[in-house]
Amino acid sequence: MSSKIQKPLPRVDELHRPFWEAARRHELVLQRCRKCASYRYPAGPTCPECVSDELEWTRVSGRGTVFTWTVFHRAYHPAFADEVPYAVVAVELVEGPRMLTNLLDCLPADIKIGMPVEVVFEDVTEEIRLPKFRPVSR
Amino acid sequence: MSLKDKSAIVGLGYTDQGKVPGRSALSFYLEASRNAADDAGLSIKGIDGIIIEPCPTDPRISAFGLAQEMGLELKFGADEQVQGASAGAIMQHAAMAVDAGLCDYCLCAFADTSYSSPSAGGVVYQAGGGINAAYGMFGVAASYAMIARRYMHEYGATSRQFGAVSVAFRHHASLNPRAQFRTPITIEDHQESRWVVEPLRLLDCCPVHDGGRAYIVTTPERARHLRQPPVYIMGFGQGHPFSDPLRRKTLTVTGAVQSGKTAFGMAGITPADVDVCAIYDAFSFIVPLQLEDLGFCKKGEGADFVQNGRIMLGGVLPVNTSGGLLSEVYLQGWVGTHEAVAQLRGDCGPRQVPGARIALLTSSGGALSEHATVILRR
Repeated sequence: MSSKIQKPLPRVDELHRPFWEAARRHELVLQRCRKCASYRYPAGPTCPECVSDELEWTRVSGRGTVFTWTVFHRAYHPAFADEVPYAVVAVELVEGPRMLTNLLDCLPADIKIGMPVEVVFEDVTEEIRLPKFRPVSR
Repeated sequence: MSLKDKSAIVGLGYTDQGKVPGRSALSFYLEASRNAADDAGLSIKGIDGIIIEPCPTDPRISAFGLAQEMGLELKFGADEQVQGASAGAIMQHAAMAVDAGLCDYCLCAFADTSYSSPSAGGVVYQAGGGINAAYGMFGVAASYAMIARRYMHEYGATSRQFGAVSVAFRHHASLNPRAQFRTPITIEDHQESRWVVEPLRLLDCCPVHDGGRAYIVTTPERARHLRQPPVYIMGFGQGHPFSDPLRRKTLTVTGAVQSGKTAFGMAGITPADVDVCAIYDAFSFIVPLQLEDLGFCKKGEGADFVQNGRIMLGGVLPVNTSGGLLSEVYLQGWVGTHEAVAQLRGDCGPRQVPGARIALLTSSGGALSEHATVILRR
């Protein structure tokens, strides 16, 4: 038995299945409205802009900038005990929506609002490849 | 027709508060209710309307269950969940109910046992789940930290400036026998306190507690025949940005913009007319943010505004004279409702704002997600 404590995993339900299936191919997809072309995240049943329910999963660039962040100095789940202090970051995608995530290859002290980042997938389990981001030079 | 001055607060109920182990949430609701009726000089049997904010640790308790325990058959009742904004939002609903004649005396109550209950440790305030937990995002404080970071980025506000809020409210708490934290602190104490979630330090954050609160709303005509000087509800409003902060256009404009605009419009006054404020302060930095959104200073100048004793007793705008959520006790918006009324009655002893005639209170829920403003006068 591995002594490594498993981090909490997202639940893959019907609504989110296309997101996680794309993630397995290391592709980032978001719902896009067929009527008004706006993107939404997190996933939901309608487009909040025009309240249409005609949404389609669409591959996005995976590029964005750091919108804001916070640093945890305590582990509120044992699986994060070895990682404190660690940052949780909100990335604003070029398509508009913002995603909560972690930054790889970047210490909390080096994070800056507005820094350009790109998506990279962390292989957590066979089913879950978690989208994270890393800094890019632009 | 405007609801300005069409209702009044006539009774305040408090209970033991802070760390009060071994008590049920229902017992806090009941004690606060009895005490509010006693304070008003009203028989509890005269209560014919009840609105409660559901208890975070025992959400099964309803207005109707509370009525049953007091032997009351209600004409009007509701369990009103507006998160931390409930205390102010419920006051508005009660004002409408008594003005419409749906009930004569509307009791409004809240209880929390988050410090001592089996689901203690503030578990209910630490909710984390779904995809966020996979990234290590736990607790509502972290959402506030993300908003604080944007506030610092957009307007140059600093952690040290936030400390002035905590220092001011602790000073007020030192004058309040009910307050949980009464030892004065300095800016240095604030700056040396540990990170909770950066950029928020321990002294930027409220704790969780046990206790109950209640107040009674009635019509002005009825209010004049009761024991306490009536405190009239002059104006009120609400503003509710999206629940998820990351889905808002901006993180640094709160619901106070709309709730304040509606409330000042109804009251027919401006911020310059306000003598004392009770601003929701689950976290220090949300005080300057709301003050600027309410128009007490220009947008982005809130962190400067709260310096140099301006929000302390004796300053231009005393705020949270009880110590607020940061230093009196964490009972959500019910701390502000009670202190605002107590100030207008002149009941605050060493922390009384001399001659206070108009008070403004706010309550705020989620991660600055729901917002209520109420303006009161004596």
